[in-house]
Amino acid sequence: MALERLFRRKRPSGENRDVPELWTKCEACGAQLYKKEFRENLYVCPKCGHHHRVPAVERVEMLADAGTFQEITGLKPLDPLGFVDTKPYAERLRAYQEETGRKDAILGGTCTIGGVPAVLLVMDYAFAGGSMGSVVGEEIARGAERAAAEGRALVIVAASGGARMQEAALSLMQMAKTVMSLDRLWERRLPYVSVLTDPTTGGVTASFAALADVIFAEPGALIGFAGPRVIRQTIRQELPEGFQRAEFLLKHGMVDRVTDRRRLKAELVQVLRHLHPGVPYALGV
Amino acid sequence: MPLEFEKPILELEKRIAELRETARTTGVDLEAEIRLLEERLARLKEEVYGSLTAWQRVQLARAPGRPTTLDVLEKAFQDFLELHGDRAYADDPAIVGGLAYLEGQKVVVVGHQKGRDTKENLHRNFGMPHPEGYRKAMRLMDLADRFGYPFLSFIDTPGAYPGVSAEERGQAWVIAQSIQRMSRLRVPAIALILGEGGSGGALAIGVANRVLIMENAWYSVISPESCAAILWREAKEAPKAAEALKLTAKDLLAQGVVDAIVPEPEGGAHKDPLKAIQNIKEALLKTLEGLKGLSPEELYRDRYRRFRTLGAYAES
Repeated sequence: MALERLFRRKRPSGENRDVPELWTKCEACGAQLYKKEFRENLYVCPKCGHHHRVPAVERVEMLADAGTFQEITGLKPLDPLGFVDTKPYAERLRAYQEETGRKDAILGGTCTIGGVPAVLLVMDYAFAGGSMGSVVGEEIARGAERAAAEGRALVIVAASGGARMQEAALSLMQMAKTVMSLDRLWERRLPYVSVLTDPTTGGVTASFAALADVIFAEPGALIGFAGPRVIRQTIRQELPEGFQRAEFLLKHGMVDRVTDRRRLKAELVQVLRHLHPGVPYALGV
Repeated sequence: MPLEFEKPILELEKRIAELRETARTTGVDLEAEIRLLEERLARLKEEVYGSLTAWQRVQLARAPGRPTTLDVLEKAFQDFLELHGDRAYADDPAIVGGLAYLEGQKVVVVGHQKGRDTKENLHRNFGMPHPEGYRKAMRLMDLADRFGYPFLSFIDTPGAYPGVSAEERGQAWVIAQSIQRMSRLRVPAIALILGEGGSGGALAIGVANRVLIMENAWYSVISPESCAAILWREAKEAPKAAEALKLTAKDLLAQGVVDAIVPEPEGGAHKDPLKAIQNIKEALLKTLEGLKGLSPEELYRDRYRRFRTLGAYAES
């Protein structure tokens, strides 16, 4: 991966430099997609409707009103346990930081969404699988507290494999911390909306993500507690078709809506305007 | 079935018992030899039990004969009355709970329940709860709050059940709700990690004002086997994962994840369950005493502060 990038950078500037990068392929149906168009379509395949993963920065652009986003995240992770598996955790952190240009797996800030003041937190799956360690937990707790203090709604876009193993019990404790911080919004009667994207599993689903006032899920997103591989190993059977996908969760009553990404902002705005006590009655967003 | 590292100790103990028997039946004086072996046994025990690895402690935490939640409820408490059901779907045998007295104090209790033999283990799903188990726990938290009685929980699970039925019924959702419900208790809450503290399934009943842990229990975000399977790609590297996860009582105390360690008899709680249960009772009484005098709101805020401050990061 890194090698490939190195080559790309060194390629001499010429007419055909960007040609191979103008096009991409749908992960689901294999359709050739013109990248610019694909991006404008919010990473949804225009042919089959498959929702691809979205880089955190672009997720912010999709949801925050233009020009309103002010970043509030940026805490740095530590290696409290000196964790080493096949590689030291500290080394893995450096690699992820270089790759993503981010300190940890979350990007957040204050903004307005459809005019409603909000704190928007977006988990970054590209950073250690969006896993929640001390930094992610603290950023979420601070985000919730800040929203409460400033009369803002809280919106969290989840994308995570769960709690981060390399911080072990401290990661586990972030589940309690994040859940408890939501009480501050409760006390101020401020809305909290979560958007579950592909994938949202483990300790993230089983803490703050599941406790929103309104829960959206993106079509086809894998959402659950245990990952499908673990379940398959436990029950030693193939899993039913569509198991743990957003539509399965809707059917079982766990999420409010499965919403196409291209309509997500409109629906989110409708919910925020309805629930935020500071927004007066207004029909038709 | 003895644990691998216990074997030399058990063999020596057997040898001493045999010599005693020989001396008794034959009348031959073997005192000097027996004393020698006993000294060797004491040294061996000190050597093995004095330097237990994380993985050996994990094995002790799972040892057959270790006191389970029901053992503690029956022996450390009085008049335990089990209450069943989640009022929505079923009664989950992997979580038990009800009413009890602790030295005359009214309390509400909940805990994971493993089986004490294979048959019971199958019935109890090896202490891995389904969503209905956590709903039962939440119902009992409601009860504690409504009547103002302390809430005590006992943690002993490899993890919440990872299966199709559990996912269909919202395993992640009930764990999140149980964490939230427990954090909102307006009564004193104490959690004790008895054996295994496996991830979110453990934390769901672990959001207490004080969290205690047995000397040889473990508590972490993932079991050593699963961690090894993911990070080392081999479940048999579990001993390495156990070391790396810093999941022993002493490690957790240093991290602030637990507040106190309850000592176990030499060789682990399964060697002398009654002694272990006595230690548990003393620790619970002492901890409850320490929470006396806090108002309902202070108890809520105390719990919030306890968890709000956990984590390691640097300001940007």
